[in-house]
Amino acid sequence: MEALFAAALGMLTFCGVYLLLRARTFPVILGLTLISHAVNLFLFGMGRLALEAPPIIGEGSRQADPLPQALVLTAIVIGFAMTAFVVVLSLRAAVELRNDHVDGVDPDEDWRP
Amino acid sequence: MSTEVALPILIPLLSGVVSLLFWRQRLVQRFVAVAGTGSLLVSGLWLLSSVSEHGILVMQMGNWQAPFGISLVADLLGAIMVVMTGIIGFAVALYSLATTGRGHEAFGYFPLMHLLLAGVAGAFLTGDIFNLYVWFEVMLVASFALLILGGEKAQMEGAIKYVTLNLLSSVIFLSAVGLLYGLVGTLNMADIAQRLGQVEGNGMVDVLAVMFMVAFGIKAAAFPLFFWLPASYHTPPVAVSALFAGLLTKVGVYALFRVFTLIFNQNPDYTHEILLWGAGVTMLSGVLGATAQFEFRRILSFHIVSQIGYMILGLALFTPLAIIGGVFYIVHHIIVKTNLFLVSGFVNRLCGSYELKRLGGLYRSHPWLAVLFLIPALSLAGVPPLSGFFAKFIVIRAGIETEAYGVTFIALLVGLLTLYSMIKIWAEVFWKAPPETRKDEPEVAPIGQRELWQMYLPIVGLALCTLFIGLYGQPIYALAEASAEQLLDPTRYIEAVMGRSTGVTP
Repeated sequence: MEALFAAALGMLTFCGVYLLLRARTFPVILGLTLISHAVNLFLFGMGRLALEAPPIIGEGSRQADPLPQALVLTAIVIGFAMTAFVVVLSLRAAVELRNDHVDGVDPDEDWRP
Repeated sequence: MSTEVALPILIPLLSGVVSLLFWRQRLVQRFVAVAGTGSLLVSGLWLLSSVSEHGILVMQMGNWQAPFGISLVADLLGAIMVVMTGIIGFAVALYSLATTGRGHEAFGYFPLMHLLLAGVAGAFLTGDIFNLYVWFEVMLVASFALLILGGEKAQMEGAIKYVTLNLLSSVIFLSAVGLLYGLVGTLNMADIAQRLGQVEGNGMVDVLAVMFMVAFGIKAAAFPLFFWLPASYHTPPVAVSALFAGLLTKVGVYALFRVFTLIFNQNPDYTHEILLWGAGVTMLSGVLGATAQFEFRRILSFHIVSQIGYMILGLALFTPLAIIGGVFYIVHHIIVKTNLFLVSGFVNRLCGSYELKRLGGLYRSHPWLAVLFLIPALSLAGVPPLSGFFAKFIVIRAGIETEAYGVTFIALLVGLLTLYSMIKIWAEVFWKAPPETRKDEPEVAPIGQRELWQMYLPIVGLALCTLFIGLYGQPIYALAEASAEQLLDPTRYIEAVMGRSTGVTP
């Protein structure tokens, strides 16, 4: 399970970084989202992975660490708010600037007044 | 029970809620803005006086004893920063009475300002590393919304860079927190410091230190991660610029100070060496960027970057004198930089532009404004007897004592180049003859007497603070000295948080 978990994390981060380095706002947002998913999973993994272990003492033979789960929950909520904001911001910017380049000016476009 | 620890967070939150409730009553919002930031300042002063009297104050939230609950900790550095937050919040609230238009207020300028102040104060007072992340996000989301207030083209472009890079920094910060938790199994900063001392010969600690350095370096706008700052700070309404310039990057610097004195102090040869050269290049790149600019607020934005270098230099040298210098520099810089932005807004109100080539002749028409510009400008460059001189003097002297001649030379050179930039602004805006007015320029509306006073008052107040620190710096120096002493002796912080005797019941 650890190997699968680590591979998923690596893949998410890889795709996230790749998309983040694009110069268009939509891929950048996707990249940020993927990376924050990766970080959420990573936080979860930092409490050590355990199967069939409830986060309550006395309910099973072993216990999972509940704290990372609380952290992930907080991080997901914050990440959701931030993503919503960025989406609205980039939509607004695309309307105002008439293109979706992160610099606000499209280098490929033949610019005419 | 020490309520004063929580008050600086609660007051702005409460004022924010109240101004949200009175969404449509403009007068009430304006009144709450001044009253709320005023009481924030008062509560900050109360906190500072009681911290300097009783030592580090701790409040365990919900009476969960550390390390299980969230602790609020006020040591001297935190308390000083809260007082600075109060001063800047109050000054900017007064100023924005005159400069924030009805359009901006209708989109929630004042509630957002309170929320931002709450986030900043929370970041200064928390003793829990994950809670620090949460306060950072509170501050960030308020700053995002403030940055695009008004929704002009340039703001959108700047905001995209600002938002992306800051979110990236949050992600790095969060994964570093995760790693740290995986390593020591706690989130309380004092407990982390205690347990990390027992983790020996582990390369992971250095990795973590560098991750925190990168995350906070982006927030503090240190080299090579500062590009979002000059791209965005000149775009929002001027009161927002002033607030950001005074407080936001300094939260990053504060976090660096906190983390690298309390937690990552085991291997200073490695981490503080990186910080040292980072500081040097930050100073140089900021000031060189400023020389190429001809827009009032852009020049000032680049100078924020170069000044951040001095503060990090104080931390990186890591001697008692250097830390004193760093703390002193933060105090001086927050006041001076905010004041310069306020002056730039005033100039814009008078002439309708921030472009240097379209300004001029203000010395003839407003000689007092020129003097009020010169005080913070010369202080920024480090001309005696103003506050900047002593701040630079302490840092540079610490540099010479530790024989870090390369970086010290850069610091001196940057002082000179800062003077060049400030003189450039002075010559262009105040000294040269006013440019020919073109026909297509919109006429600037005349200023009413009340508006004039609302703008002059905070500028004069902050200039007086600069003069006071410069001419009578002994109390500030003593405060900085005491806080440096606390920072360099983390056991006191750890004992205050973890010890049984000081656990107060809220």
